[in-house]
Amino acid sequence: MVKNLINWIDARIPMTATYNRHVGQYATPTNFNFWYFFGSLAMLVLVNQLLTGIWLTMNYVPTAEGAFASVEYIMRDVEYGWLLRYMHSTGASAFFVVIYLHMFRGLIYGSYQKPRELLWLFGMLIFLVLMAEAFMGYLLPWGQMSYWGAQVIISLFGAIPVIGDDLTLWIRGDYVISGATLNRFFALHVIALPLVLVVLVFLHLIALHEVGSNNPDGIEIKKNKDENGWPVDGIPFHPYYTVKDIMGVAGFLIVFCYVLFFIPEGGGYFLEKPNFEAANSMKTPEHIAPVWYFTPFYAILRAVPDKLGGVIMMGLSIAVLFVLPWLDRCKVKSVRYRSTLHKLNIAQFAISFIVLGYLGVVPATPTLTIVAQVFTFTYFGFFVALWVYSKNEKTKPVPARLTH
Amino acid sequence: MSNAPVDTGRRRFLTAATAVVGGAGAVAVAVPFIKSWNPSAKAKAAGAPVEVNISKVEPGQLIRVEWRGKPVWVVRRTDAVINELPTHDDKLRDPASAEMQQPEYATNPLRSIKPEYFIAVGICTHLGCSPTYLPDSFGEQVEGVTSGFFCPCHGSKFDMAGRVFQGVPAPLNLVIPPHQYVDDGTVIIGVDKGVA
Repeated sequence: MVKNLINWIDARIPMTATYNRHVGQYATPTNFNFWYFFGSLAMLVLVNQLLTGIWLTMNYVPTAEGAFASVEYIMRDVEYGWLLRYMHSTGASAFFVVIYLHMFRGLIYGSYQKPRELLWLFGMLIFLVLMAEAFMGYLLPWGQMSYWGAQVIISLFGAIPVIGDDLTLWIRGDYVISGATLNRFFALHVIALPLVLVVLVFLHLIALHEVGSNNPDGIEIKKNKDENGWPVDGIPFHPYYTVKDIMGVAGFLIVFCYVLFFIPEGGGYFLEKPNFEAANSMKTPEHIAPVWYFTPFYAILRAVPDKLGGVIMMGLSIAVLFVLPWLDRCKVKSVRYRSTLHKLNIAQFAISFIVLGYLGVVPATPTLTIVAQVFTFTYFGFFVALWVYSKNEKTKPVPARLTH
Repeated sequence: MSNAPVDTGRRRFLTAATAVVGGAGAVAVAVPFIKSWNPSAKAKAAGAPVEVNISKVEPGQLIRVEWRGKPVWVVRRTDAVINELPTHDDKLRDPASAEMQQPEYATNPLRSIKPEYFIAVGICTHLGCSPTYLPDSFGEQVEGVTSGFFCPCHGSKFDMAGRVFQGVPAPLNLVIPPHQYVDDGTVIIGVDKGVA
């Protein structure tokens, strides 16, 4: 009966073949470790954001007059509205935690190297769209930090010579941030960007499954196949890694739910305190800081004394990640078999990123500005140094088979 | 199907022509989508320039007009005030108005088109409160300066050209809005000189 149904469908669309290609018989390396949880967790968080987001739109009012009150309404009067909203706001921060760890995995195991450049590029585009999505979503509650954060970020475009002022006017749709801005950000946040995001995730997966997963040893398992054409060091994704990923999900949910139920505001880092006051164009908060996931880039922006220069450096700090596959000229992928210099370089890059993230949260002082300049230098230094030493890097011998 | 030989040159030309026409159409269709992001007629009307009659402003008097939801001051400065302005440059953060808080044509020591009339957005550059005009008693705030603006919220001080004093929270001079004189007694706020 079921078999007949499956046959009927398979004669019309390639259901079984697609399942086998991407799940049932997708060959995955046998040595995935902790770092390999975050891809599937990102998918989980995406589903969380889509579901809770759709439910939030059912009670949210995207107007300057109604937005703030409707969020309060969701929090207080809608049954389980508080939970849906906290799942969405905590999910946003969780998304960036997961994505940053996922990117770091790619960085240490060389998952961006040939033949996975396009996979990396799709991933970077996802990151970019995610930042736009988070930024626009943050305006929607129409609190003080929503308003002034958007004011600061949109005015960054004003630094562009000649067209800057007209461009900011065009983005806002008014002379100040107003209901017009809120409405268009709502449209982009709930329809346009999620569509783009889902398409990019699809392309990311297709690209991954075409070239196959990298692994902590950075060896291509497809180069060593048995007589049936199955990689000797490969196991099917299902059931082996579906089960492993469920473990990851369980661990993730423990942390996620703890934050969700006990510290949903994340101590003022996930939902900033001034945002509990409605937007007021006549009153600027004492200290405007972006949400934590933007702060490394914000610190780079502030480190440069010139407005346009700062905007350019901030743009470059993200753009340079796109070309990472071409900056690393080493043939060995995994950090396990690369030089000590490379290990140190990755370590200093991670430290720079975290310190910049901290500096972006706190108010700027002359001393901290100098510190931010130093770490901006080391942030970019990672890429320059990588390009220089990777050409003739002294690497260790790479094993023929995966190690466990 | 006809068995006539394929004229590839002609085929290529038609493909290119179709692509060009289609591309032009796509660009044309993009126009409404992009233009719809500009400020609407309603937003434009709310942000329209404001015409102010200044012929009845007494020397030393300050009047307030609203432009784009912000208070704009028009102050008629007396000769005594104008003469006093250059004497306290050493107490200011930005005496030469290097930060572009004013249009090109108001980037001068008095930060105005006409020395007599000072026009500024009456919002403190610190946190957006509206400073108080102290025509006679500003000496209590800054010794030796008779008149100026004092922000009651966090104590920022500005002189009669809207230049910020040192040692106060406000980082920048007051904003001078774009404006132009139509005749001796009328000024339009919100339009740059020579634009209208």
